[in-house]
Amino acid sequence: MAVLHTGKLESHLRARRDAGRKLLVPYITGGYLGWTDAVRAAAANGADAIEIGIPFSDPVMDGPMIQLASEQALERGATPLTILQELRSIDIDVPLAVMCYYNTVHSAGNERFSHSLAEAGVCAAIVPDLPLEEATEWCFAADGAGIETVMLAAPTAPEERLPRILQRCNGFVYAVGLLGVTGERDELASTATKLAARLKALTDVPVLIGVGVSNAAQAVEASTVADGVVMGASVMRRLIEHDADAVGEYVGEVRKALDAAVGVK
Amino acid sequence: MLTTPGADGRFGEFGGRFVPETLVPACQELEAAFHDAWNDTVFRTELNDLLRDYAGRPSILTECHNLGRKLGIRLILKREDLNHTGSHKINSVLGQVLLAKRMGKKRIVAETGAGQHGVASATAAALLGLGCKVYMGEVDVERQALNVFRMRLLGAEVVPAKSGSRTLKDAVNEAMRDWVATVEHTYYAIGSVMGPHPYPFMVRQFQSVIGTEARAQCRELLGTDPDFVTACVGGGSNAIGIFSGFVDTHARLIGVEPAGGAAVGRGVPGVVHGMRSYLMQDEYGQVQEAQSISAGLDYPGVGPEHSYLASIGRAEYPSVTDAEVIEGFQLLAKTEGIIPALECAHVVAWIAREAPNMQGKTVLMNLSGRGDKDVAQMMDILG
Repeated sequence: MAVLHTGKLESHLRARRDAGRKLLVPYITGGYLGWTDAVRAAAANGADAIEIGIPFSDPVMDGPMIQLASEQALERGATPLTILQELRSIDIDVPLAVMCYYNTVHSAGNERFSHSLAEAGVCAAIVPDLPLEEATEWCFAADGAGIETVMLAAPTAPEERLPRILQRCNGFVYAVGLLGVTGERDELASTATKLAARLKALTDVPVLIGVGVSNAAQAVEASTVADGVVMGASVMRRLIEHDADAVGEYVGEVRKALDAAVGVK
Repeated sequence: MLTTPGADGRFGEFGGRFVPETLVPACQELEAAFHDAWNDTVFRTELNDLLRDYAGRPSILTECHNLGRKLGIRLILKREDLNHTGSHKINSVLGQVLLAKRMGKKRIVAETGAGQHGVASATAAALLGLGCKVYMGEVDVERQALNVFRMRLLGAEVVPAKSGSRTLKDAVNEAMRDWVATVEHTYYAIGSVMGPHPYPFMVRQFQSVIGTEARAQCRELLGTDPDFVTACVGGGSNAIGIFSGFVDTHARLIGVEPAGGAAVGRGVPGVVHGMRSYLMQDEYGQVQEAQSISAGLDYPGVGPEHSYLASIGRAEYPSVTDAEVIEGFQLLAKTEGIIPALECAHVVAWIAREAPNMQGKTVLMNLSGRGDKDVAQMMDILG
């Protein structure tokens, strides 16, 4: 069995988790007006890593909020090149992962894209329409470039599938919290903690719940089982409706709630 | 015989299953269920009975003596426009909805461009007692108002897709988002030979009835195979259906694309909607918006098996302009008394243009849909 290299993102997240902290990974759409300030604000207010979305014309895993952010970012002329260029100069000490649909990778080529991520200082990639069976070529290139590949696990996965996903996963494992696309929900779906519990029983890689984690209370609830959360739509709503400061305040609020729940001062 | 994809769902280097992890088990379940049903004589008999007694198969061949004489060719139409609901879409939908029922699904979702697949889906859902929601680009809801009303009359819910280009590609996105959320009890009835494996293969198998019938009918009528087999290509289900009967003959296979949606002609390989195939995209992989007079061909991608047939040189994919299509639409109406769907008018346009190079040859054209749905739009264009 192949043992995957533990990269910078995973070792960072493991160290923090092992110190008793719950992990918080905000998502920000690259190229959206004010996005670099939002990244800095998230970093300054307690994010453990930040997921940067590269906008795509046809984001099938995303609900209305991130669709809107992606459309507007594209209208502003954002491309993978401009986003990675801006990331280079962002100067924060929080590890970064990019989220992109596979055609963005495919059109550049697996090798070229993974190297461009590495050169921009990005640690990991999340490719939501590249399931295990299609991931071999990408993973080969990403491993070669030192880019960690965060795999998604879904509530629909039969028992035998999860270990195979975990075997190919590094950085963290992204537990899809519900059946559906990204977006805020009134309550945390019961599927979220069920899936996180299944994954925790199988792996030592940090397990983060994403999709449908919509506020501080839900982040705390999810983190009773998972190692932490990824929060996207609720973060982007604050950037879209307000500004980067609102993102910073919100990340700070969730950070505080997570810390309070585990008794960190 | 066309090839059968292996477990990786590939036709050569095209196809595959590029879907969110949530949908992978559903695609695997569907693959197994289709394999099981397709090899079950009870299922096949039930489907064949529906195709005969409900859809009206087999569809006939009509020789176009007037237009053929005018163009100097022998022109034969495969009349899929005479099927119940007015197009070839019913062939696949009856199969898929029967399969959905066999899998215990309670509801289907579908995308539609011109509305023909939506109408066929609503029809089959009404017949077989399943709920039906159809996503349709907002632009298409406007230009195909009659089909929208038809779907609602049949009991389906029609939801305008308001994102992106607000046409077929965005309707596919919305249908996939719905399916991601409802996969446990919902069947996604994809309207063409596109999407993740097993859809391109499965829809082809359901549409291969066109080619199987046409081959036997041509041999009876002509004593041989035609020189050209022609069809329009958006996603490419009617084309693959008729090609399937002739891929092992000497016939040249021609898939006509709209100039503004020429995925094979102008695209490069890309990944969207679950498949790797030719795709109109920019240098960063953003999918471009197709521009075509016909809503049914307004799609920037194409089914992966067409990409494969193009890559090995077995089929050709020329394109025609909207202006040529408008002429073709009127040409078939005036010479033969048959109003074709705007999609099929693309093929008429290509045949009229290329006739000087096909003198004395026999051309089989798949008339995959009737033009009633397009009459209001043509009335606006022609004044």
